[in-house]
Amino acid sequence: MLRFICPICNLPADETELTPGGEAHIQRKGPGSSDSEFYEYLFERKNPLGIHFERWLHSYGCGKWFHAARCTKTMEVFGTYKAQEVKPPRHIIDNIKKKRPNWKNE
Amino acid sequence: MSLAKSLCRKRNRKLFDKIGMKKYSAFALVKEAFNNHLGWKRAWRSAKPKKKYKIVIVGAGGHGLATAYYLGKNFGIRDVAVVEKGWLGGGNTGRNTTIIRSNYLQEESTAIYEKSRSLYETLSQDLNYNIMFSPRGVMMLCQTEHELRAMKRTYYANRLFGVQTEIVSPARMKEMIPIININGPRYPILGGLWQPRGGTARHDAVAWGYARAISSWGVDIIEDCEVTGILKKSSKVVSIETAKGSIACEKLCFVVAGSSSILAELAGFRIPVESVALQALVSEPIKPVMDCVVMANTVHGYMSQSDKGEMVIGGGADGYNNYTQRGSFQHIEETVRALIETFPIISRLRQLRQWGGIVDMTGDRSPIISKTPVENIFLNCGWGTGGFKAIPGSGWATAELLANGDPGRLAAPFSLNRFIEGRMIDESVAAAVAH
Repeated sequence: MLRFICPICNLPADETELTPGGEAHIQRKGPGSSDSEFYEYLFERKNPLGIHFERWLHSYGCGKWFHAARCTKTMEVFGTYKAQEVKPPRHIIDNIKKKRPNWKNE
Repeated sequence: MSLAKSLCRKRNRKLFDKIGMKKYSAFALVKEAFNNHLGWKRAWRSAKPKKKYKIVIVGAGGHGLATAYYLGKNFGIRDVAVVEKGWLGGGNTGRNTTIIRSNYLQEESTAIYEKSRSLYETLSQDLNYNIMFSPRGVMMLCQTEHELRAMKRTYYANRLFGVQTEIVSPARMKEMIPIININGPRYPILGGLWQPRGGTARHDAVAWGYARAISSWGVDIIEDCEVTGILKKSSKVVSIETAKGSIACEKLCFVVAGSSSILAELAGFRIPVESVALQALVSEPIKPVMDCVVMANTVHGYMSQSDKGEMVIGGGADGYNNYTQRGSFQHIEETVRALIETFPIISRLRQLRQWGGIVDMTGDRSPIISKTPVENIFLNCGWGTGGFKAIPGSGWATAELLANGDPGRLAAPFSLNRFIEGRMIDESVAAAVAH
């Protein structure tokens, strides 16, 4: 079972307490954007085999959204951070690079 | 290795490679019985890749093999290779719950799934390989008022498109499925949608039958051959890099279900697909208790009894990206907990095996059979939780797309463009299956 530390309540949260919310850091395109830009926002996903930045909702806890970095191949969790962050913070990137020296952040 | 040994091995391989297809029949069985069954040949050759093929299909699962089969059968294109990362039929083809049905809501879905179901009816004869198609009927339970309304709508849609289904009352359901508990306190049975011509088939045999047929035509099936790179020249693919060397091709088709995003990334584009784990489990064998397939969509569970007597149970998919071919335990727990209320008889059954497969989910829960941003790459993916039932129809439509370069009537609605154009084929609620 997956287990994250919720960055809001700082408590360990099991997968059963959480609701997955898919890929993180997808930015909504503004007015005037094209159909294909909206397609990218709505449907296109990285779906990587490896490190995935994703959103989780602590539904049976504080009820807040947060972000997590997780490997989709090994299920290893590299850390969690607040939903307000628009990109993965330094310490998460460092933590991933320490364990996966060959990983490239796209 | 000594020279003699290596020569001998080479000769053996040549002998193996030369096998012609032997017709399976009652007569052949009797003849072999007198021969201690020593004369059976391998069903398909293990091939080494040639330098170049007209069409290379990535993925030797049901869909990939069926594509190769209909390319050969309907279009006479047999200069084809099917390359496979693992072993033949070892992905979702070997991991599903073998349900075949076509009672979808949308016209486009009904067309391709009904084509598929009708091809399944004669597939054993077509392939001369017993795929054990068993049209035992599929029952979809309605356990809430809303579900009953939705199923009635599906029933009317099915009638319009010529798919034979009917709405069944709880009393009749109890007669058809005596082990069902129709008065469950939490999940009472209010009715059901019955497709009498749906059923199950032997999943491995579907892959093996197609493999045997195409191998006899000279199509190369190359297992243990992961694609590691895609070489493009002026926005066209010229060759692929694999674990067994470089293979040139005129057209390339990805039919790799859960791994589609990885190959698309190699080819330089992204697709609207997310990979998640879907699980199934099977119980110890018991005497025959249920002679049809039951799908309980409100509780995300479906069950049928295999010919060996095992209860085959499928559950809901996990909600997060995953490539591990195993799912979360709580999903199994939820499925079984709910099914026990509907089928109290299974509460003491021991479960023998549990497994997971990686399914490729699209935004509208409908598949993709499409051209791609790269001119000579084609894509068949997005079958999500229900790919097995679609194997023959999907192969038929994809072969048409590959041979002509343009989709035919079946494949056209399932293009990648539909996501940009907002032309969804919305089956996420319509199919009323556990997604």
